[in-house]
Amino acid sequence: MKKFLGLFLLLLSGNASALNLFACEPEWGALAQELAGDKASIYIATNALQDPHHVEARPSLIARARRADLVACTGAELEVAWLPVVLRESGNGNITPGKPGYFEAARYVTMLEVPARLDRAEGDVHAAGNPHVQTSAHNYLPIAQALSARLSELDPGNAEFYRTRLNVFVQKWQTAIARWEKQAAPLKGQPILVQHTAFPYLGAWLGLKEIAALEPKPGMEPSVAHLSKVLGQVQQQPVKMVIRAAYQPSRPSEWIAERAHIPAVALPFSVGGTDGAKDLFGLFDDTIARLLAGLDGK
Amino acid sequence: MFKHSALFVALFAPLAAHAATDEDLRAIRAQIEQLRSDYEQRIAQLEQRLRQAEAGSMKAGSDTGQAQAATQQASLPAARGEGAFNPAVSLILGGTYGQFRQDPAIPATGFAMAAHIPPERGFNLGESELGISANIDPHFRGTATLALDPAGGVSVENAYIESLGLSNGFNLKFGRFFSGLGYLNEHHAHAWDFVDQPLVYRTLWGNQLGEDGIQVKWLAPTDTFVELGAEIAKGRGFPGTERAKNGAGAGVLFAHAGDDIGADYSWRIGASLHRTRRVDAQSDGVPDLPGTAGGVSNLFNGDSQTAGLDFILKYAPNGNIKDTNLKLQGEYFRRKESGMLTYDIAAANTTDSYAVTQSGWYLQSVYQFMPRWRVGLRYDQLDPGVALAGAANAGNVIGDYGYNPERTSLMLDYSPSEFSRLRMQVAQDKSRQGLPDTQLFLQYVMSLGAHGAHRF
Repeated sequence: MKKFLGLFLLLLSGNASALNLFACEPEWGALAQELAGDKASIYIATNALQDPHHVEARPSLIARARRADLVACTGAELEVAWLPVVLRESGNGNITPGKPGYFEAARYVTMLEVPARLDRAEGDVHAAGNPHVQTSAHNYLPIAQALSARLSELDPGNAEFYRTRLNVFVQKWQTAIARWEKQAAPLKGQPILVQHTAFPYLGAWLGLKEIAALEPKPGMEPSVAHLSKVLGQVQQQPVKMVIRAAYQPSRPSEWIAERAHIPAVALPFSVGGTDGAKDLFGLFDDTIARLLAGLDGK
Repeated sequence: MFKHSALFVALFAPLAAHAATDEDLRAIRAQIEQLRSDYEQRIAQLEQRLRQAEAGSMKAGSDTGQAQAATQQASLPAARGEGAFNPAVSLILGGTYGQFRQDPAIPATGFAMAAHIPPERGFNLGESELGISANIDPHFRGTATLALDPAGGVSVENAYIESLGLSNGFNLKFGRFFSGLGYLNEHHAHAWDFVDQPLVYRTLWGNQLGEDGIQVKWLAPTDTFVELGAEIAKGRGFPGTERAKNGAGAGVLFAHAGDDIGADYSWRIGASLHRTRRVDAQSDGVPDLPGTAGGVSNLFNGDSQTAGLDFILKYAPNGNIKDTNLKLQGEYFRRKESGMLTYDIAAANTTDSYAVTQSGWYLQSVYQFMPRWRVGLRYDQLDPGVALAGAANAGNVIGDYGYNPERTSLMLDYSPSEFSRLRMQVAQDKSRQGLPDTQLFLQYVMSLGAHGAHRF
């Protein structure tokens, strides 16, 4: 149960003058925590064990958005099914898209897998590109910059504080990136399978080579027919492992892992996805440790 | 220039085809081939540049100049000209097949003076629904839902304006909308968990209450969801009797509360109150004490007041609804009507006082036992109540039917993707006394275009 502890709770509270921050996903809550410390009271709308595409506009989310000063989300249509309803129903004019109280992380990074053809026959594709930007550590730098600037804009009294926290975070993060890249060097060029196309940013960063996805189309459940096809492909072109996000069912990964004799690796995907991913640093420590273990055939 | 002329030729080639010689055709084919290889080359070049740019930005990620954030924001896909302002358009395509032993047009026992929208037999192109919505300006958002009738007509199901960015928890809606009473009332037909509405919605609200009016909602500034709402409206939907006069014909008050329990559970409860004055409300085919063949036509004038309670509880392991989830919901409505009833307007035409309290409830559960597959069970019950008719009509109007209509429905649905659903439903219908029925429904619901909202 410990791993669910950090999921649905106020990370900090009690400071009446604190900025109320509504984070759509745990990674943005964790980033805001790094950048704002006790100057923000953070509510995290989803947890790492939930499929962020498939969330409902629950009463609790609407109630929490009502008093939010800042909504920090991925954007790129990841939350298209529920966030617009939450924002409208909240009756909170400060967080409507376009206002300073509405922050989309994906706007500050280079999007990958921008579809050349927008067609639902291609599955659940997003017009702006693949929205899972939080899987590359590099993406956090421009996002942190922009989020910190937004915090200062909304709470100018503490601008100096936010700037200092940003500089501290950036330094720590750059050191960590250097460490992660060194650790992850053996992963470069390694062929892998992914269950959902959730890892293009991670793959591009660490040089992983995605051979195929278990989902026939993004967002569609893997069928046995498609899995068999992937299995045939893997027999022609061996892969090292199959990876999936913590929130995804393990069955398809295990099905193929058993037959292709490769490890099935569940990655935290966000803060709280595994016991090791307690914060942003833990998220990547654990992600890389799990990938390396997968490479060793564990 | 060459490319353009080749394109022109390619486009209009079919028009001139009958006149073209083999040589012409060969020339055209050669030009098209040339065109294709040109574009393939250019696309390959662009892809190459994109890869380089991506690799570059990956490296650039390690320096954190503010300039980088700025350029990346600027590199977002810009507005696509006029098209960018096009509203979100969605189209729902639905159809059913219904098989019943009894005539579905016969209303539930004791509810001949209530609403009745019967399901249809055989293959039916259910209601196709065209939805269009967009922000109008920083203050308003507009939504229209047009129901395309299988017979060919188009009706306006919803056409309303919502306020945008009002603060302090207020939301304003005006136009034609589904009332916020109960739980199911605001849900469009394509979002129902069963093919049809519960009996209590069918009889007391004519499936669902749509109004022309104004709705104000206020959300309390608390961590627990508490919402209060009020509507005044024309009284367009049953039991209202639409009429052209000043003022409002119907009013609704509702309150909702909800929250999560841990990560696994979430809930919402609600209470609602609806009032309207019914004027010259005519009901046909109403059975009577003398046993008139085919029933009689009655006229009712009086007050109608309905109170309702609703709840829904949802469960999903870790709150991840994609994999498995369970819903349990129920609603209860109780309607009190009192006024003057004119019995048999075609013949006897006697008027006297009339009062009745009718109620109904349903309880249903839907379980997604594996991704894409759901099974559901629903139990419905109605109570027609005991009507008190004045002396003049005591021998005419049936006061006590002594029968509570009920129905049990079992549903199985399969959703190949988020945008399509196929459903089978079997119902054991005992809503008509002496006419038990086993009903079979097959249904498809498909949605095209804009991504629908995952409402709670």
